[in-house]
This record gives sequence, C-alpha cells and structure tokens, in this order.
Amino acid sequence: MKQFLSFVRKEFYHVFRDSKTLLMLFGIPIVLIILFGFAVTNEIKNAKIVVCDYAKDPASQEIINKLSVSETFLLDRALLSPSQVEEAFRKEDIKLAIIFPANFYKDLQHLNKAQVQIIADGSDPNAASTLTQYATSVIMEYQQKLIQNAKMPYTISPEVRMLYNPELKGTINFVPGIMALVLLLICVLMTAVSIVKEKETGTMEVLLVSPFNPFLVIISKAIPYLALSLVNLAVILLVSVTLLDMPINGSVLLLFGASTLLIICALSLGLLISNVTQSQQSAMLISVMGMMLPTMLFTGFMFPLENMPNALQVFSNIIPSKWYYIIIKSVMIKGLGFSAIWKETLILFGTTCFFLIISLTKFKIRLA
Amino acid sequence: MTSEVVIKADKLTKRFGDFIATNEVTFEVYVGEIFGFLGANGAGKTTAMKMLCGLSKPSSGNATIAGFDIYKQTEEIKKNIGYMSQKFSLYEDLTVIENIQFFGGIYGLSDKQLKAKSNELIETLGLQNEAKKLVTSLPLGWKQKLAFSVAVIHEPKIVFLDEPTGGVDPVTRRQFWDLIYSAADRGITIFVTTHYMDEAEYCNRVSIMVDGVIRALDTPANLKRQYSATLMDEVFYELARGAKRKSD
Repeated sequence: MKQFLSFVRKEFYHVFRDSKTLLMLFGIPIVLIILFGFAVTNEIKNAKIVVCDYAKDPASQEIINKLSVSETFLLDRALLSPSQVEEAFRKEDIKLAIIFPANFYKDLQHLNKAQVQIIADGSDPNAASTLTQYATSVIMEYQQKLIQNAKMPYTISPEVRMLYNPELKGTINFVPGIMALVLLLICVLMTAVSIVKEKETGTMEVLLVSPFNPFLVIISKAIPYLALSLVNLAVILLVSVTLLDMPINGSVLLLFGASTLLIICALSLGLLISNVTQSQQSAMLISVMGMMLPTMLFTGFMFPLENMPNALQVFSNIIPSKWYYIIIKSVMIKGLGFSAIWKETLILFGTTCFFLIISLTKFKIRLA
Repeated sequence: MTSEVVIKADKLTKRFGDFIATNEVTFEVYVGEIFGFLGANGAGKTTAMKMLCGLSKPSSGNATIAGFDIYKQTEEIKKNIGYMSQKFSLYEDLTVIENIQFFGGIYGLSDKQLKAKSNELIETLGLQNEAKKLVTSLPLGWKQKLAFSVAVIHEPKIVFLDEPTGGVDPVTRRQFWDLIYSAADRGITIFVTTHYMDEAEYCNRVSIMVDGVIRALDTPANLKRQYSATLMDEVFYELARGAKRKSD
C-alpha cells in the first residue's frame, strides 16, 4: 500500500510540473465547450430578412409585428420589386424575403384564402428550412387566431411541442457530446503518453525490475488521471450550467458514475495504445487521430446515426461514447433515473471490460 | 570474498528469430565480487543482463540469481536485485529527494528507513544544496552517481549496472567506482557491463563476450598474462577483432 501511495504521488508530481499536460487537461475542455456552446451552433439568431408589404392592412401588419418581435429575425421593411428582391439576395446577406400581395386581408375575408410568398436562400439548406419553418409557424399562428374567432368547425390543428428542449437549443445537444469527446480524448492521450514516456526515458525498465507489481504500475498511473478527469468533468458541468444554461435534471451521482465508466474505458484504450507505440509523438498522434474522428462521427451529436448506412450503424455500437452520450442526455436533459438507462450502462460497462481485459493481457511485463 | 555462488548462468540463450543474441552463455559470479561483463556493442551483453534481471525471457538455458530460479521465482529475484539501465533511470522532473523517496517507496522501505537512507545518501553524495532541485538541473556525473545510489537503496544482494559510466568524464568515473567499491565492501555483488577497459582493470573478474558467446573469463591479471598483454585494452582487442557482427 505504501509502495502504491509513493507511486500515485509521483504521478501527481509529473502532472503538476508539466504545464503542457495541465493546459491540455483543463484548457482543451473549456475551450471546446465554449467553442461549441457559443460559436458552433445550429440555432439561428438575427437572420436578416426583407418584408415587402404591398397590402399594408391589419392582417399583414399583425404578422409583421409578430415576426419583428422574434429574436430569430432582423426585419427590414422595404417595398421591393421582384427583381430587387433577387438583387438583395445576391448583394446583401439577407436570408429570407416575405412578400404580402396587395389585398391580402381582403382576400382572406372574402375568399377565405390568401397567399403570402416566402423566398429563402437555398444555398444554405439547413438555415433556409429552419427560417421558412419559423416564418410559416408565425403565419399559421395568426391563421389559428382567425379560425378561433370565426368558430369554424372541423379544423385539425396539430399542436407541436418540443419535449425536453422547447426552444430547440443547440447547446443541449452539443454539451453531452463534447463531454464524451473531451473525456475520451484527454484520458486516452494522458495514459498513453505517460506510459510511453516511461518507456522512452528508460524508467520503465527500472520499474519492471523492481518488486513493484506491473499491474499496480498501471493502476497507480490510472488513479491520478481518473481523479483529474472527474475534476475536469465537474469543471465542464459548471461551465455548461453557468455559461450555457445547460440543465441538470437528473441525478448528479448517476452522471459521475457513468462518466467514471467512460473514463476507465478511455484509460484502458490509452494503455492499449501505449503497448503498441514506442515514442510519445506516435502515442499522441494515434490517440488524437484514433479517438477524435470515430467519436465525432459515431457518437451521434454531430451527425444523426439514423441516417448512416447500416454497416456504419452497426459499427457505431462499439464506440463507447455513443452509449455514454445516450446516458448523459437521458440523465441531464430528460432527468431519467437508472432504470431508464440500465441497458446503455450495461453495454458501456461491457465495452469497458472488453478493452480493459485486452489491454491488461497485452501489457508487456517483460520487455522482450 | 567467499566462493559462494550468487549468480549462476547455465547455457543461457536468447534468440530473436534466426538471430542468436546470446548463445549458451555459462558462468558463475561469487558473493561480494565485482564482475565485469565486457563485450563490443552488439555482442549480447545487454540481452544477457536483461535475462538475468527478469526483463527478458530466455529462449533456453537456466540461471539462478541469489539462489532463485529466473523462470519461477522472479518475484523473489526482484526483491534481491538492483538495476541501473543504460538509459538514465531517474525521473528528471522530480527533485533529488523525491526520486530517492519514490524508489525507496516502491522497494518497500519504511518511513524511518527512508528518512535515514535519504539523509545518508545526500550526505555521501554531497548533494545537500541540490536536494530540493529537479534532477534535470544536475550535471550528468552527479545524476549517474545518484542513480547508482538509488539502485542500491534497498541494499540488494546483487546490483546490475548496464554501462553506468557512458559519457562521463574520467574524474567522475573514478568517483563512481569509489561508490561501487564501497557497495562491494558492504557485501553487494556488482555485475557491471562497460566499454572502458580501464574500468575492466577495477573488476575482480571479467568475462569478454564476442558474437554472443563468452570467449574469456578470469581475473584481469590472469587474462593479461594469458594474452601476454600489459593492458586489458590489448586483451580485449585481441579477442574482439575477430568479431563477425557489426556493432550498432
């Protein structure tokens, strides 16, 4: 036990004396969270739109008022001819044009039917469809009101409610993904590099000659990184909650439990990498390349897994961060308990055991 | 010096595919002896030494270290040996005292022993002012002396030194050998590989390895007589020039 404590203390010295390690450990997560939280978002705010109101009647005015209140749009009221509208799309960075024809309200009253034209910039399909949807919903809302007043029978009005994330905020999607990415990347990298470093400097030989059990070498290396990663997780959660308004609806304990599982999984992957590499540089390269891409692609926070070809969907099942992501989303956002995520947790536990066993059996007690 | 055997190698062989790094190496080392294990680069010294330390598994042959079998009793062997590798074997980002405490710690020294031992070490090496400095800031010679002292911190029966004085100036080398002698006086058997033939003269007995086999094994004086040489250098040259393996 005393041997073990000496070793753990030594590992902490290594970490705290290396500014690069510290920066990597605590800098990268915060930068990533803030980057993804603020900059990389699929929400649209303050999109410039042009409204051409040829009608200038109560109906068009009311709709325009509603549009202008919204944070999504930045309204420019102008009367443009069709060719001018096209010109505006080309020259200015407007995203949407809404055109109310003359007699809009009159048509609505007398013919029970009026038309409004919405033109979007299709070169950015995602933004275009989000914006048109939003504009349409504002118009539908107005129509709904009219229908209520008229007490017209037999209308079906679907009431859409976005569960768990009523405002469709992007951060809610990204933060759990970033948590998975950061924990995996940092832990794999740290373990792999710290073990390979001992090989590179020759101290590994000395450790293996000593009566200190080789498996304890691994465990004592893992413990400081596990502890630091949990601190890291707390920092990420703090930043997400305070700066990005991320909710934690479920049990924090469950959150940390699942994260511990992922961290152990990452540590064993790092150990595996350290077995096949001889230099710190290659360990770093393999960790970053090997973790970054699969995690980004197959976790599901960037690209929906449901749209991938079947083969890739099957492959995604061995990516531990996929299950972690599901667990974290369920706990943080939906506030579900263990009974709802036991299946995913079991799979994550299985993957962790799998990688742990492989890496332990692969770990070379002798050098040759 | 007694004639009690502490290292016994019997036809110890290591193959890497077709290449035979050490070929049926047989020798005995006695308690308290300074045993020089000589050979050109690539002769198989380091491989043989790694097998004796348990870092590498022999392809065939037997050996016992302090009476323990190298196949079955590796844990017992580990408790009884110290090792200083060819590469520098301390942590550069730890201070002198932290290194001493770490290695003392993993060899299971008690707090009291550890404290006494680190004071003694720092005193003998004259590192009082450097104790709290990072090892990386020490000159190479001091690092090597510290590494040796750390390798024998647990008073092992045998210490294996793999080219311990590489790149060190002659004065520091002489001081390093003083440390070796004082360890030998305490009854620690020294098994040392080296390139420096003046160091071979300091050993009680030396073996000279060429192309994976031991070509000569005796006291430096006997070897010089046998090859009618005045210096070990000439003996070594006589034996090693026939080597077929290129040094690496």
